[in-house]
Amino acid sequence: MAWTKNVLRVNLEAGTCTTEPLNMAWAQDYLGQRGLATKYFVSEVDPQVDPLSPKNKLIFVTGPLTGTMAATGGRYSVITKGPLTGAIACSNSGGYFGAELKFAGWDMVIFEGASPKPVYLLIIDDQAELVWETEAALQKHHQDPQLRVAAIGRAGEQGVLYAAIVNDLHRAAGRSGVGAVMGSKNLKAVAVRGTRTDAYHLADPEAFFKASEAGKQVLAAHGVTGQGLPTYGTQVLMNVINELGALPTRNHRDVQFEGAMAIGGEAMHEKRPTDGKANLVTNGACFGCTIACGRISRMDPGHFSVKDKPQYHGASGGVEYEAAWALGAANGVSDLEALTYANFLCNEDGFDPISFGATVGAAMELYDLGLLTKEQVGFELPFGATEAMVKLAELTARGEGFGKEIGLGSRRLCAKYGRPDLSMTVKGQEFPAYDGRGLQGMGLAYATSNRGACHLRGYMVSPEVLGIPVKMEPQATEGKPAMLKAFQDLTAVVDSAGICLFTTFAWGLSDIQPQIQAACEGDWSEERLLLVGERIWNLERQFNLAAGLTGKDDNLPPRLMKEPAKTGPQKGAVSKLDLMLPEYYQVRGWTPQGVPTPETKARLGV
Amino acid sequence: MRITLKLFASLSAHLPAEARARHCVDLEVAAGSTVLDVIRSQRIPPGQCAIVLVDGVWVAPADRAVRDLAEGEVLAIWPPVAGG
Repeated sequence: MAWTKNVLRVNLEAGTCTTEPLNMAWAQDYLGQRGLATKYFVSEVDPQVDPLSPKNKLIFVTGPLTGTMAATGGRYSVITKGPLTGAIACSNSGGYFGAELKFAGWDMVIFEGASPKPVYLLIIDDQAELVWETEAALQKHHQDPQLRVAAIGRAGEQGVLYAAIVNDLHRAAGRSGVGAVMGSKNLKAVAVRGTRTDAYHLADPEAFFKASEAGKQVLAAHGVTGQGLPTYGTQVLMNVINELGALPTRNHRDVQFEGAMAIGGEAMHEKRPTDGKANLVTNGACFGCTIACGRISRMDPGHFSVKDKPQYHGASGGVEYEAAWALGAANGVSDLEALTYANFLCNEDGFDPISFGATVGAAMELYDLGLLTKEQVGFELPFGATEAMVKLAELTARGEGFGKEIGLGSRRLCAKYGRPDLSMTVKGQEFPAYDGRGLQGMGLAYATSNRGACHLRGYMVSPEVLGIPVKMEPQATEGKPAMLKAFQDLTAVVDSAGICLFTTFAWGLSDIQPQIQAACEGDWSEERLLLVGERIWNLERQFNLAAGLTGKDDNLPPRLMKEPAKTGPQKGAVSKLDLMLPEYYQVRGWTPQGVPTPETKARLGV
Repeated sequence: MRITLKLFASLSAHLPAEARARHCVDLEVAAGSTVLDVIRSQRIPPGQCAIVLVDGVWVAPADRAVRDLAEGEVLAIWPPVAGG
């Protein structure tokens, strides 16, 4: 019952907004958010569709726990076919937008077609209409600071293939280019205000109160979610992963970065010699979150990147670990203030700092090899060139000069300049901040992720580095395929429920299940939830196979397979993907070619 | 013998003031010192030692009392932290 049971269908070509009931039979099989929207998407969209054509669809979706008092219950996702990968794209965001959409009475908004002119969608409770303006203008125009806005920036308008959808100024559905699809539809923003108290009903409010309260106690008592994440954010991992020898550096040429300490979570707390103030101002939380891992930063106003730009002198969304790595270690840049500025631009102009930073790293390697010249780029581009990285962030946001090429991602860039092997991607999406040679399970997770290289589909860093739930040696392969499958299936459940994946540093399924059970009608046992997760994974896989991807796309760049790690505790290591992948297919119930068997499909009902 | 001790996040407070920004200090310890011996001698709460690496290799809680340190090794310790 925690669903609103309402779907808003927006035809951008005709300019119409229509209401339809949520398919509750599908909700029983796919729960909500990622799973349920994927079911809608694959049922309505030709897998062969050009991602940037009007025939592609774009779905904003909440989960049954979104907008409830469950800790972190503020999540929403955006599902589409991704332009970077040609695979299913599902990008998850926090902030306050998702809960507001729920309060307005909607589980899901499906966008179809493309608008003949730029528009935004305005939702005030059950009223929806298409109009035009942007975030600050929208709030001013509507005289409502609580109007929640998810918007694309210039990157989405310019066709940057990893453009993001940003809500609440610095929370983002960041990866896989969902913002590029939104831009291709001439859809600038979705603005929503929800004031309905009858938008949804919990199946058992008293049981839900007890279960969600128990969950909050677990988060508060756990060292990671109660202290580590609020104080240092995800950025605390920079030094951990560097010490472990798994921090990809200079386009994965190296696995340790000499500048890691200068750009990590601890550095954000330290007073700058220039103005005596720390980069970090405070932490921040999304709707309903009792962890509060978000970084709020203020730059040194004298820094070269902003000294004449007072609009960047205030506090805003600071770098998280992935952004700091991509904008920093991936390029050899160790200026925390420059990373913060580039990150501000990523938020403001709406593009993914991971794919952007990794693509700059690839460009720097091409430059280093003489395959790109100063004349082609417009300036010198050696590894570690802080000003060049900043300049490229500005050019990419504006779609100008060499920024146009950076905006297409590293696969297209490296192919154009004759070295496709230098693109550090899987299925066309750039790696995040862990080296697949140093952490064997993460390598397998990247290779098999349904949305291209991604750490949020099966976070093997937990067992391989943090010892959560059990410690596995980074170089071991035994047991990793089965552990990864369990992580991928559980993650699909979390992503479909409306809560944040970070709860799982402290919560097991036994903490989540009672909350879903109390919120939703029906029997939601742990076994059933894991089956839902497995079903979602296989549905995404089926879509990708129908879109033309095959088992051969479950791979890693030759550098990770053949060039050993040069330094640190993982020295000499290459990825042992070939040892793990056949076993992974087996535990998934797939053929040796990576196709779900008829028995698996029948068991899961996909 | 000399070893290097690295302490991060909130554990940095257990380093000498001048070493905190670098998160790192060289220590003279008795030959045969174990990981746990160093943790105790530096008054680091053992319950706060969630990630313990020697030269980048994980030392499980049960092994800390028996893992002997050798000359020149780097002992790095974090409290419970995670990222993503």
